[in-house]
Amino acid sequence: MEKSKSKAWLYLLPAIIFLGAFMVYPLIDVFIYSFEEGYNSASQSYFGTGTYNYLYILHDPYFLMALKNTFILVLVTVPLSTLLSLLISLALASVKKIRGLFQTVYFLPYVTNTLAVGMVFMILFKKTPYTEGLVNIILSFFGQAPIDFITGPYWAKMLVLCVYTVWVVMPFKILVLTSALASVKEEYYSAARVDGTTSFRIFTKITLPMISPMIFYLVITGFIGAFKAYSDAVAIFGTDLNAAEMNTIVGYIYDMLYGNSGGYPSYASAAAIVLFVIVLTITVINLLVRKKHVFNG
Amino acid sequence: MKVVLDSLSKRFPPRGKKGKEVIAVNNFSFEIPHGKLVGLLGPSGCGKSTLLNLICGLYKPTEGEIFFGDETVSELAPEKRGVGMVFQSYALYPHLSVLQNIIFPLENLKGKDKLSKEEMKKRAYEVARLVQIEELMDRRPSELSGGQQQRVAIARALVKMPRVLLLDEPLSNLDARLRLQTREEIRRIQRETGITTVFVTHDQEEAMSICDLIVVMKDGLLQQIGKPQEVYDDPINLFVAKFLGTPPICTFDGEIKDGKLYIGKQEVMSPFDLPDKKVYVGVRPEGFVPEECGKFICTLSALEVMGRDVSLVMQNENAHTDKFRAIVDSDMPIDTTKTTVSLSLKRNKVFLFDKETEERVY
Repeated sequence: MEKSKSKAWLYLLPAIIFLGAFMVYPLIDVFIYSFEEGYNSASQSYFGTGTYNYLYILHDPYFLMALKNTFILVLVTVPLSTLLSLLISLALASVKKIRGLFQTVYFLPYVTNTLAVGMVFMILFKKTPYTEGLVNIILSFFGQAPIDFITGPYWAKMLVLCVYTVWVVMPFKILVLTSALASVKEEYYSAARVDGTTSFRIFTKITLPMISPMIFYLVITGFIGAFKAYSDAVAIFGTDLNAAEMNTIVGYIYDMLYGNSGGYPSYASAAAIVLFVIVLTITVINLLVRKKHVFNG
Repeated sequence: MKVVLDSLSKRFPPRGKKGKEVIAVNNFSFEIPHGKLVGLLGPSGCGKSTLLNLICGLYKPTEGEIFFGDETVSELAPEKRGVGMVFQSYALYPHLSVLQNIIFPLENLKGKDKLSKEEMKKRAYEVARLVQIEELMDRRPSELSGGQQQRVAIARALVKMPRVLLLDEPLSNLDARLRLQTREEIRRIQRETGITTVFVTHDQEEAMSICDLIVVMKDGLLQQIGKPQEVYDDPINLFVAKFLGTPPICTFDGEIKDGKLYIGKQEVMSPFDLPDKKVYVGVRPEGFVPEECGKFICTLSALEVMGRDVSLVMQNENAHTDKFRAIVDSDMPIDTTKTTVSLSLKRNKVFLFDKETEERVY
């Protein structure tokens, strides 16, 4: 018994060392930095300790902007992308003939590089001296004056960012939901049909509860992923996100460390901890909701 | 409600370019009288489940008609036929409690058939009492044993008072002991409700024991329909004879010569009013009588005592199987010191089949 226990620890050792060195230790470090004022990583020195870093970032208009952007992004894209993915998966499940082709098409964005996708979105949305951008050309058919989506009004930029994010996260969700739908046994549908169940009721009373664990999984990972959004904004608006009013929390953390206004690991740490607390809170709420509403096999 | 099938066929289109069209049900005609328990019997892939799905309405027939009473239902959707179906895997909704599962079909009712919540509950408890699961109503299906799940599935099928109850391999997911018990239950429930019931099985013993009528199928074709004992005693062809009975019927190569039946060189029975020809001989295991004067000599390879009966495991060069079994009374004196045993055959347990068509000739 004792021997097998020590063996078990031995097998776990590589993972523990790596996780400890690259996950746990930095986490604790970040937590400590966030309470050390003006920490300098080169000289390893700081002025004092306290909650000053938190007070600073919570009063920093750039951080508040990043916070607002992130929340809008999360609240718009997570429900929207999940809902759209569900609809597309349902449609895919009912297509018989060229389902393989459709599945490939819907999955393409997943294997495409973020920055390459950003380029495509540029063609769609960016105004250049030569063209108004594809979307504007289409809009002009409806008599709409061209909108500057990349450097124009806040709502237009946010729209592009949301569309982009939804588009990027959907393939994975479609993949997961398609397999979840396929795993619902045909007999349940047959039984429901024999009993005269309407398709709407079959969907709400049978399909939805049965795939609810997967939907929940997508929502929770969707929330976490959206809170950590950064590269999507960079792909569209470039690296100076503060100027574009499109910064996110992770973007703010990056700027504080390495950006033009960078070199403030203390502020970055405090922002990271704030992000951590937000994600933790949302996830806990999600888990509580899950207990109440999600069917567990 | 009597159920009539009139030259019913179901063909599935070929899969892929090289695939062949599958004829799952081929030109079926028969009538199930009102209030009877009928077993569809046949080996796997013989089309019995397809036939059940046709009656249920989940499949549309390629040709032919289905009548419930005098009304044709061939074009009706399953929910309009008034059938209750119990699926092989029960198909109980895992996220709903037993009560919710049973109520589910009632909640679908619309218009004038719509029931109040209390009415639904009352009906659910009535059928629950019938299948004896009243104390399980708040459980989830995963918390029930296989037999209990089966009862819930039957309750769900019965709650809307169907005209016809259909069961697809109802006992195949149960262990041996539970199977015996549950088949009695199905019989009892069917008797109490008086609903015309069709069930599918590949287990002939199951079908023989509880059915009023059995329908034997092979490769989509109807072989024989009749009361279990009649089909057993009077099989129409070699397939039906082989399919019914445990231990199975023993078959031999035989020959009719001058009105006498020969197995190998041994003349075993006479007279037969048949022209001279080669035949297959089928003998039910209970059709052998060990006697000194017996004309059929076989090698005795083992003796299995099973209390009431004794089963003789024997060999014969003309038998189609390596070994075959005879069942005899345990008080029958058998000399186990000898390596051979002489047998007489009971005439009503011997069947002769044509060698080409495998149709029964005697």
